[in-house]
Amino acid sequence: MSEARHFKDHHREAKIFVARAIFTALAIVLLTGMLLVRFYSLQVTHHQDYVTQSDRNRVHVLPISPTRGLIYDRNGELLAENRASYTLSIVHERVEDLGQTLDTLGDLVDISANDIEKFNDQLRQKRRPFDPVPLRYNLNEEEIAHLAVNEYRLDGVEVHAQLVRNYTHGELYAHTLGYVGRISEKELAGFDEDTYQKYSGTHSIGKIGLEREYESMLLGDVGYQNVETNARGRVLRVLDSRDPKPGQDLVLHMDTEVQREAHAALDGRRGAVVAIDVATGGVIAAVSAPSFDANLFVTGISFKDYRLLNQSRDLPLFNRFLQGQYPPGSTIKPVVGMAGLHHNVITPQDTIYDPGYYRLGNDKRLYRDWKRRGHGTKVDLLQAIAESCDTYFYDLGHNLGIDDLHSFGSQFGLGDKSGIDIPSERRGLWPSRAWKRGARGLAWYPGDTLNVSIGQGDVLATPLQLAVMTATLASRGRHFRPQLVASIGGQEVAPTLVEQVEVAPEHWETILNAMHEVVHGLHGTAKSINRGADYEMAGKTGTAQVVAIAQGEEYDSEALSERNRDHALFVGYAPFEQPQIAVAVILENAESSSSAAQISRRVFDVWLNRENN
Amino acid sequence: MPNQDFLRRLPESDQTLRRRDRLQQRVHLDFWLLLLLLTITVGGLFVLYSASDQSVATVKRQGVYFIIAYIAMIFVAQVPVHFMRRLAPWAYVVAVGLLVLVIFHGVGAKGAQRWLSLGGFRFQPSELMKLAMPIAIAAYLGQRHLPPAFKHIFWTLVFVFVPVVLIVKQPDLGTSILVAASGLMVLFYAGISWRYIFAAVLAALLSLWPLWQFVLHDYQKRRVLTLLNPEADRLGAGWNIIQSKTAIGSGGVPGKGWLQGTQSHLDFLPEGHTDFIIAVLAEEFGLIGVLVLLGLYMLVVARGLMIALRAQESFGRLLAASITLTFFVYVFVNIGMVSGLLPVVGVPLPLVSQGGTSLVTLLAGFGILMAIATEPRKVIR
Repeated sequence: MSEARHFKDHHREAKIFVARAIFTALAIVLLTGMLLVRFYSLQVTHHQDYVTQSDRNRVHVLPISPTRGLIYDRNGELLAENRASYTLSIVHERVEDLGQTLDTLGDLVDISANDIEKFNDQLRQKRRPFDPVPLRYNLNEEEIAHLAVNEYRLDGVEVHAQLVRNYTHGELYAHTLGYVGRISEKELAGFDEDTYQKYSGTHSIGKIGLEREYESMLLGDVGYQNVETNARGRVLRVLDSRDPKPGQDLVLHMDTEVQREAHAALDGRRGAVVAIDVATGGVIAAVSAPSFDANLFVTGISFKDYRLLNQSRDLPLFNRFLQGQYPPGSTIKPVVGMAGLHHNVITPQDTIYDPGYYRLGNDKRLYRDWKRRGHGTKVDLLQAIAESCDTYFYDLGHNLGIDDLHSFGSQFGLGDKSGIDIPSERRGLWPSRAWKRGARGLAWYPGDTLNVSIGQGDVLATPLQLAVMTATLASRGRHFRPQLVASIGGQEVAPTLVEQVEVAPEHWETILNAMHEVVHGLHGTAKSINRGADYEMAGKTGTAQVVAIAQGEEYDSEALSERNRDHALFVGYAPFEQPQIAVAVILENAESSSSAAQISRRVFDVWLNRENN
Repeated sequence: MPNQDFLRRLPESDQTLRRRDRLQQRVHLDFWLLLLLLTITVGGLFVLYSASDQSVATVKRQGVYFIIAYIAMIFVAQVPVHFMRRLAPWAYVVAVGLLVLVIFHGVGAKGAQRWLSLGGFRFQPSELMKLAMPIAIAAYLGQRHLPPAFKHIFWTLVFVFVPVVLIVKQPDLGTSILVAASGLMVLFYAGISWRYIFAAVLAALLSLWPLWQFVLHDYQKRRVLTLLNPEADRLGAGWNIIQSKTAIGSGGVPGKGWLQGTQSHLDFLPEGHTDFIIAVLAEEFGLIGVLVLLGLYMLVVARGLMIALRAQESFGRLLAASITLTFFVYVFVNIGMVSGLLPVVGVPLPLVSQGGTSLVTLLAGFGILMAIATEPRKVIR
């Protein structure tokens, strides 16, 4: 080894080294040149792209949902408000392991399988990236504290106060206000780009009732914030913003006191009450019983609760005053009578003999009166209405004919949607020749006319339609569209006159007097309700068959199961001289129409006593 | 020294030596190099201050590391070159021994076992190897006939291979690349024939497939794949590269201004204060800042090569050149990986990235350069 050193050629080594050093110097220059080209490409050539990307990284548009418009009754009582509720949401994009996070959250707060299922449903829906998806609503303070303490290990989990719809009278107004609920996938799919924009930041939408009908006014305009966020999505500063515009408030014609009284009078029995302001068509009360708590639906009803409601035999979700189509029975007799007068088929003085049935020509079939032995030998129009004589109206109808009866009754809103400002209304059925040919493919028989004349057969009407009919009678022909909302955002909604029924004044007099006789007459079918009243009323009772009674058989309530018994109806208005309020009541399977009349009396009392005091 | 006869000390009073050179000789420092290093380190502290979200504590801690590292540098610079050469085999053996020890008693984090714990003080043997390797190889080859014979090349490769494998196994790909480079660089400067170099490059290319199959860890493979297509995994492995490219690109020519970088300050850029710190610099100081830093690095490299060229003996020459070139590899690999040219291998940006140990070895390396630069003149007959 040491020998080798003696022969080391230092000169040659140095020369090799210099050559190699020059080579490396060139290599260094080349490699550094590569770096420079790279940086030039990034910082000069593609500079703008990266600026865009950097901005997209840090700047996010946060929608600010507007406050939903409030709903008041006519006296300024709040019916639908927005309550701050603490909601636990997850920003999926910021969560590394969703399962893990859900487990951790499950240890901290109470999360049901139902919550998770609904959360997963929403995750699958189309949504903006980085939009928080709600998992649990209505956190209590203890839960909020638990979450705050564990925030460090819950990336992507947010707790924020959210305004959630609250119905102060959950059950009382469920069928009129309706409710809001989470925007469903189907609804979302139907949104166009504009609508989608409007609902950014908003999680609920009106599902039924007023909430649905007035959705666009209640919603308001979305605001936004341009915010700078860090990589973990925390908002660091607001770059600029536009405030949201709150939705418009609604003031209703409805009166909570009357509504409450009507609800209480129904007392959990199946039925409906509609009360209409005669002068405007404004709906003072509209009750469908049994009802349900609309608040259950706001943040998503649990499957258990929903099943309970949906499978109940009493159909609490069914809106009886709007969608319940009942045979109106004798309640339409004033209109039929008026048709007879108008078309000169009868005069108030004409009388008939009522043996307790009516026979059509030589037909074997007997059309029975509800009173087996009949109402006597000289039944005139006043008595026929006051005592609800069927035979009189069989004869009237037969002489009048279906065509005139149909067109006359239509003017009172029978067989057509009333146009009330809530969706999903049913139109009932006010039969005509054309209808029967179209629907059944059959010709019209004279017997059909007889059934229609006493509100049976194919005739169907909703309680709302009956209330409109009654209000039209009470106002002597002024047929208004029923209207729940009195003003929108302070702007009054003018009443809409659908049509003016043109009938000679003396005919109104006759019919309205007869309806007065129903309540105040000696033999009036609703005379039980005039006791102790310091005002006078008018009305008409009715019963509607649930099952047909075969020829020659007797109606025997004992033999019929409870749900097959007749429905009890009453329509009426008060006060008699200066009509203010018209009411329609139906009590399912209640048999006695006077019980329906009693409910009307309670409604009148509340309304008139307060008005007078 | 065995062959004193061939050498004679230059008279101290040589008139050709200028005053400054004499001063440098006496304190064993190279003022040019020192000035460049100080410029980079002080400038780096400003970048670090921004990258660490204006943490004074971080900057202070790094300042302390700098002081320690500069003291180490000055200390190493005083060691006579011939003493280093004598120490070389021992340093190498001890370093390899410690690397073996790491396998059995090492501690670590994130699935890597890199440190030895000595009573509360953590020590990374691979850092020691960064210095021991070039010294040992330079000492070994420096005594041989150059260009080296095949036998010596073989042994050199063995000396390089053993610690590199140990470090790869830790696993620490970045450090192993630097250690391998520092050893092989000596071989290159010693004048290994181009034939061997081409043959080696060919062999390396051929070994890529078995390397991929059997040696590389999944996370290392992922880094390579991510380099080829960072968009494939935007939120996972590709995130770092996409974010660092975004930071660099959005900086433009003038940069967003000191402390104004959104990518780094809003936490989009991961590892902004360590391996990816040049992205912060590029975002805030733009292409201009990058050019200045690269210029400074180039001057350091140029000065290092100059020292190597002026060295009096093969040992010093090879060692100085190797240290200088390894420094460049550091720079190139780091900047290349941050800008998306190379896979992410975990090499810090020398003198700027936060971190103590690597800084000490780095500056100790420059201490060696200074020792070589200021070695008392010996004249070869």
